[in-house]
Amino acid sequence: MAQTLVQKIIARAAGRESVRTGEIVTCQVDLALLLDSGGPRRIWPRLKELGVGVWNPDKIVLMTDHFVPAVDPQSAAILKLTREFAAEFGIKKFFDMEGIGHVVLAEQGLLQPGMFCVGGDSHSTNGGAFGCYMAGFGAIEMTGVTVTGEIWLQVPETIRVNWEGNIQRGVAAKDMSLYLCRELGMANAFRAIEFGGSTVAAMAMAERMVLTNMATELGAETGLVTPDETTLAAIRAAGVEPAADALDWRSDADAAFLATHEFDATSLIPQVAAPHKPSNGGPADDYCSVQIDQAYIGACVGAKLSDLHMVAEVLKGRKVSRATRLLVAPSSKRTMAEAAADGTLATIVEAGATLLPTGCGACAGLGAGVLAEDEVCISSTNRNFQGRMGANSSQVYLASPYTVAASAVMGHIADPRELLF
Amino acid sequence: MSDTNAQQIITGQVWVFGDEINTDNMAPGIYFKEPMDVRAQHCLEAVDPDFAANVKPSDIIVGGKNFGVGSAREQAAMAFQYLGVGAILAESFSRIFYRNAINFGLPLLIFPAADEIEAGQLLEVDPVAGSVKNLTSGQAWQVEGIPEHLMEMINAGGLMPWLAKKYAVND
Repeated sequence: MAQTLVQKIIARAAGRESVRTGEIVTCQVDLALLLDSGGPRRIWPRLKELGVGVWNPDKIVLMTDHFVPAVDPQSAAILKLTREFAAEFGIKKFFDMEGIGHVVLAEQGLLQPGMFCVGGDSHSTNGGAFGCYMAGFGAIEMTGVTVTGEIWLQVPETIRVNWEGNIQRGVAAKDMSLYLCRELGMANAFRAIEFGGSTVAAMAMAERMVLTNMATELGAETGLVTPDETTLAAIRAAGVEPAADALDWRSDADAAFLATHEFDATSLIPQVAAPHKPSNGGPADDYCSVQIDQAYIGACVGAKLSDLHMVAEVLKGRKVSRATRLLVAPSSKRTMAEAAADGTLATIVEAGATLLPTGCGACAGLGAGVLAEDEVCISSTNRNFQGRMGANSSQVYLASPYTVAASAVMGHIADPRELLF
Repeated sequence: MSDTNAQQIITGQVWVFGDEINTDNMAPGIYFKEPMDVRAQHCLEAVDPDFAANVKPSDIIVGGKNFGVGSAREQAAMAFQYLGVGAILAESFSRIFYRNAINFGLPLLIFPAADEIEAGQLLEVDPVAGSVKNLTSGQAWQVEGIPEHLMEMINAGGLMPWLAKKYAVND
């Protein structure tokens, strides 16, 4: 029976030759990502209630990212408890304040094609860029995984999304994602999205991760990219040898997709999502009258080294408008170090940006950079639900790092192509 | 722990709801600070004010498309569990609601023929076999069933009681 990539991974994790879509199976988990947000603070009390420990400390990866650095005694207590959990259960893959979990997983070479991974955060779909299954689950389910090492799921149908052609200068994967939110809607539950085509094949891993990260905004179970030489190079760059069968993980040529969509990347222009959902929006050009109080570069999806390069490309030799403020929270410590080494941070700071600590920060309304009532922000993050980034009446527009930087320079939403040509 | 709550066949009267019944309908945010019994009395009140007061144990919910769309709040599934709902059949479910409900011990079946069922009819559902009989109209349907090992968790009352039982046995 012809199988899609996600079917093959699930079949392997379920100890089966093949699986049918719609079927419910139990999978053995290869990697479970626990974060300070819904991790030990929710799971540990349940473990105590059950009188059990963790199934395999070597398959658990624990990160602090949502509440770092602590801003009040409550967040400090959550971080303290997370550190105690790591020590109590001997979790060696504990990355404390190293960066946002989804990004650090990639940096550490912890994801391999064909792996079956789960995470206690909806943007866990990010990991699918490596050709593995990775999806987000609630705290009660992550408790189950922590104890048993397994999880049940319904085998999803796959929607294939092909992007063809070269994207224009000033356009990024984020624009593709925002465009897709409108085209495919946000109700693709129990479906996997497989991204392909010549545009995706030519993309660096960091940009592929933007597509899979925002598969969760499409309502999807996960997003995946077929592993190729780019994938292997990224794993090697992390100091890890790719699995011998890494390139075997792909959908069969005659696999059945629920739907196949073809999109032309050459004609795609910069996009924004207007308040209060990612599927609400249009071309950045249509929103140029929107004055902004804040521009924010941050989150797992929008502040990796490649994102900071986009920001610096726009800011080089320019200044942030006095009418607004630009905040930049790099996705990880490594991102921060690399951006410092190659001069990117200097360009950003010289333009007048405020550099923030690495972490989930204002994206989830938890760290520095939250908004006052009625303030307007343009952000490189992935969600703009009402009140997410601060006060209930604040307005958040989502855009690519290019568009956020251009808007910071202009003081209003701006198409970055005007500054790049 | 005994298997007293184990049941393979569910028979109950039908409550019919339409498309995109969301988790705010099931667990309105304004009652979040109230205890479970109070929260449950407001379940679906915006859609059907009589539902919570009149639903009986083992009654069956039939919904339309994207049942449970919205937030990840587990209170939505908990309300149905508290009210004793026997099963939920819908054309499609939102992913998080579906998983929450199963993990709180509610059998859910994806049921394409939802619009052929009327409120008040008597249904017989075998969640493992995936067979649904309309005892009022005589119609019968076959859909994807819930595997027995998952049903074991549902019968235990959900994930936490199932884990408690599993590890109590191992001790």
